[in-house]
Amino acid sequence: MDDPRFAAPAPDTLISVQLDGLVALYDRASAMTHVLAEPVPEILEALGPSALTATQLLAGLDLPDDADTRPALLARLEELESSGLVRRV
Amino acid sequence: MNHSHHVQVGPVGFRIGSAWAEPIRQLKALYADYPSPAEGITEHLVRLEPTSPMRRWVKPSIAIAGGYTLPEAAPLPLSIGLIAAEMAMNLQVALGERHYLLLHAATVARDGKAIILTGESGSGKSTLSALLMTEGWRFMGDEFALLDPETGLLHPFPRPVSLKNQAMAVMGARLPESRFGPVMKDTPKGDIRHLIPDVASIKAMHEPARPIAILFPSFGEEMAVRPMGQGEVFVRLTQASTNYTALGERGFHALAGLVKSTPAIAIDYPDTAGGLSLVEQVWAERG
Repeated sequence: MDDPRFAAPAPDTLISVQLDGLVALYDRASAMTHVLAEPVPEILEALGPSALTATQLLAGLDLPDDADTRPALLARLEELESSGLVRRV
Repeated sequence: MNHSHHVQVGPVGFRIGSAWAEPIRQLKALYADYPSPAEGITEHLVRLEPTSPMRRWVKPSIAIAGGYTLPEAAPLPLSIGLIAAEMAMNLQVALGERHYLLLHAATVARDGKAIILTGESGSGKSTLSALLMTEGWRFMGDEFALLDPETGLLHPFPRPVSLKNQAMAVMGARLPESRFGPVMKDTPKGDIRHLIPDVASIKAMHEPARPIAILFPSFGEEMAVRPMGQGEVFVRLTQASTNYTALGERGFHALAGLVKSTPAIAIDYPDTAGGLSLVEQVWAERG
C-alpha cells in the first residue's frame, strides 16, 4: 500500500495564536500567515518535523485507519502541502 | 518643482511639490491648521507633474510621482489636482510605512480610548467618524489607523475627510462652510469635498489612544448588532491592512494582540442617527 511520508516545520519556526475556535499561525520560514480550523492544528502538532507516514500519523492522532478516515487525512495533508505548511519527504 | 508645501499629519511628514500653483494653494487652505514637519521627521515626497511637457498648459494632465507610485495609475485632470495630491499622500503612507501596522479604518476617541471603524468603501465609516467628531469625539483619522506594535496603542493620522456624494450634504448641514474644501465634481469616485477636522483633533495629533472596540459598520441596513469571532476579525483586518505582509512577524503579533484584546462588533444602521446611537451604545458598554 502506498504510504507517503509527511513532515511539518520545526515548532520554533511557527508562531500560533488561538482566536476563539480558530488558530492563526505565522510561518517564519515563508513569512506567511495561515488561519486554521480543527483538526489542522492537531495534525501539524502530531506530525512535527520528523517525517511520519500516514499510518503512523493516524495512530498518533488516535484515529482509525479505515476507508473514510485515511482519505480524509490525506486530503488535509495535501491541502497543507499546497499551502507550504507540510512537505512530502 | 515650482510650487510646494510641507505639512505634518500625526507621525508622518509630507513635502508636496507641483508644477501648477492651484493644487498647492488648495492644499495650503485645507491644511492651514496643521503644523510643518518637526525637525527630524522624515518627509514623504509627493510630486504632481505634467504627463508630458505640453500637458502643463494644454488640457493639463497630472501624473503622480514620489517615493512610491502606481505605474498603471491613470493621469488625472488638473481640475481635481487636490485629489491627485491626496491620493499620492495616501500612497506614500500605504506603501512606505514600516513602523506602524496600518489598518484601512476610521478612528475616533474619547478619554484616551479609541473605537476603530473599518469596512469596505461605502460602509459609511468616514461619514460616521466625521459625524462623531461633531458630537464631541476626537477625530483620529478616516483613512488609516496606525497601530504601534510595541505598545498596542493607536496613533492619530487626522487627514481631512474625503466626503463623497450624499455625505457632503449631511456634513454641510452640521458645520460651517469654512471647514470644507472646494467641491470637486465627476472625480473617479463621484463628487468629492474635503472636510477639515476640528482644531482640537488636529492639535491632539500626537496623542495615542487605546483601542476598546472594533466596529464593522454597514450603512443602509436595518438596525442590527452582531458580535464577531476573533478568527473572522483577524482575517478581515489582514485584508484591511496595506502593510501587514511587509511588517512580517511584528505585524502578526500586533494584529493578533489587537484582535485578542479588543471586542469586535458588526453594526448595521439605516441612517446617521442610528449609526451614532449604536456607537454611543458600544461606548456605554465598553468605554
